[in-house]
Amino acid sequence: MTAALKVIQIGPAAGFQDLGRPGYIASGLTRGGAIDTLAVHEGAALLKQSPDCAVLEIASVGGVFEATAPLRIALTGADMTARIDDATAAWNAVHQMEAGQRLTIGAARSGSYGYLHIGGGFDAPVRMGARGGHMSAGLGKLIAKGDTLPALPDSGTRTGYYLPRDKRFDGGTVRIVPSMQTNRFPPEERARFEATVFKRDPRANRQGIRMEHDGEGFAAQGMRTIVSEVIVQGDIQITGDGTPFVLMCESQTTGGYPRIGTVIPADLPRMAQTPAGGQITFQFITLEEAVTIQQQDAKARAGLAAKAQPLVRDINDISDLLSYQLVSGAISAQADPFE
Amino acid sequence: MSNTYPTIHTVGLSGVLVTFAEALDDTANRAALAFRAAVDAQGWDWVQESATSLISAFFRTDLAQHSAAGITEQLTDLLATRDWFAAPLPEGRKLWHIPAVFGGDLAPQLDEAAEAAGLSSQDAIAELTSTRMRVITIGFAPGQPYLGTLGEHWNIPRLGTLSPNIPRGALVAAVRQLCLFSNDTPTGWRHVGQTAFHTFRPTSETPFPLSPGDELLFHATTPADYKTIAAHNADGAGGATWEALP
Repeated sequence: MTAALKVIQIGPAAGFQDLGRPGYIASGLTRGGAIDTLAVHEGAALLKQSPDCAVLEIASVGGVFEATAPLRIALTGADMTARIDDATAAWNAVHQMEAGQRLTIGAARSGSYGYLHIGGGFDAPVRMGARGGHMSAGLGKLIAKGDTLPALPDSGTRTGYYLPRDKRFDGGTVRIVPSMQTNRFPPEERARFEATVFKRDPRANRQGIRMEHDGEGFAAQGMRTIVSEVIVQGDIQITGDGTPFVLMCESQTTGGYPRIGTVIPADLPRMAQTPAGGQITFQFITLEEAVTIQQQDAKARAGLAAKAQPLVRDINDISDLLSYQLVSGAISAQADPFE
Repeated sequence: MSNTYPTIHTVGLSGVLVTFAEALDDTANRAALAFRAAVDAQGWDWVQESATSLISAFFRTDLAQHSAAGITEQLTDLLATRDWFAAPLPEGRKLWHIPAVFGGDLAPQLDEAAEAAGLSSQDAIAELTSTRMRVITIGFAPGQPYLGTLGEHWNIPRLGTLSPNIPRGALVAAVRQLCLFSNDTPTGWRHVGQTAFHTFRPTSETPFPLSPGDELLFHATTPADYKTIAAHNADGAGGATWEALP
């Protein structure tokens, strides 16, 4: 029998994702895929499987899922409250579920997008070579109550491991490189951009993240005469009223507003996970510096599997004891949205 | 050829852009199409994907793995081999015949677009159905074509206030161009015609029927015929046919 998760409850914006559908820019379709690809790699490292496996991407609020057979799950990305039946399930960790057990994922405590992975990967329909949804293009659909989410065969067995969390979930400094239109912004305008503290607008989504700030909008020279040009993920477009908009995985393929810079790929997970109202500053670095950072980032992703550690350890070895949920079934201070 | 174009710019760490002009220009559009095809024919291992926009060719790569300096040198050498502005249009182009309703409830901004272009509504329809429009780029939304180029009197600005929801298949006009919408969308372009032609067919063998360089000729149809076409449109063709262009 194929293992699956039955959806008992689900938040408003959960859908299948993967590493995207490259190759269609010329046809007007952006790559899509998970908005936080690092979280996809973390889940794959925990389950010891390919990062190409399909995952469930959950914006803000999770759901309740019932296992139809014994299976493994991993939880990564935005830190959400999680239980398997009545026992608290650690985030950024891989767990066993038995048939009939229920996984309850609540609201994000930090970050914006949580990921539910399954051993073998979800058997989501393949459309144009990938399983990830691209909602703005009409590919795939959001998960609904009553859906069954089947898994492909799982050849792994490891459970009870976790990965240390990084600090990408609460905003911070995001590094950018110059873009094709950066020179259209005068030096003092670029300096003001770097000195400004921005807040993530709550209406952000997979297409783009609007950044709010106090003070004047930003302006390029000859903004109105710029010809529409190709967009890459991380481009920061300055719209007509001077507001920056960071274009993400499901953006349009071309845009007529000038780009002041481009977020480097290694910092896109931070950009994606910064919660509504979270603070971001942008810092220009050179292309050479960015290349070095990207090479280190690629190595770090490849080395994730080696960083996984057993969840149960000698208590004397645990320096961050208070961050663990030590009593199963204790009443959480976080309201459970499904009960 | 100007002294400053073509230019080569890196685009984040995700690729390089070769731009052939400062403003939209037919020879620059042809140059971009021809240069993209020439780069694709080289089979360079750093090219992960290529595309054209209105006046540029884009080559996606990972600049953390492939040096921008080396790529720029290769592109510069290839640029020097030909006058790209004199390049012919790509091979394998199609001429599409697409039924469309002009004006009325299905395309309510025809009259104001005609007025802005200094034409009667009838003359506007006559021009829109006799001008072979070329796909100058596909973009913004999946399969969505930008079509050029109408006469100078069609250089009508986008509306200051967006129309909230123009439907899929709409033919809209602004700045001497037409666009055929892939999805329902808000827009400042004027809604002059309505087709049942789907520019993105995700379950089809050819999900993107149109390619840059293809030409489109619209044929005026009645609201009744349009409704019949739209009601029997499982393949998304919207009653369109095509023939190969020499």
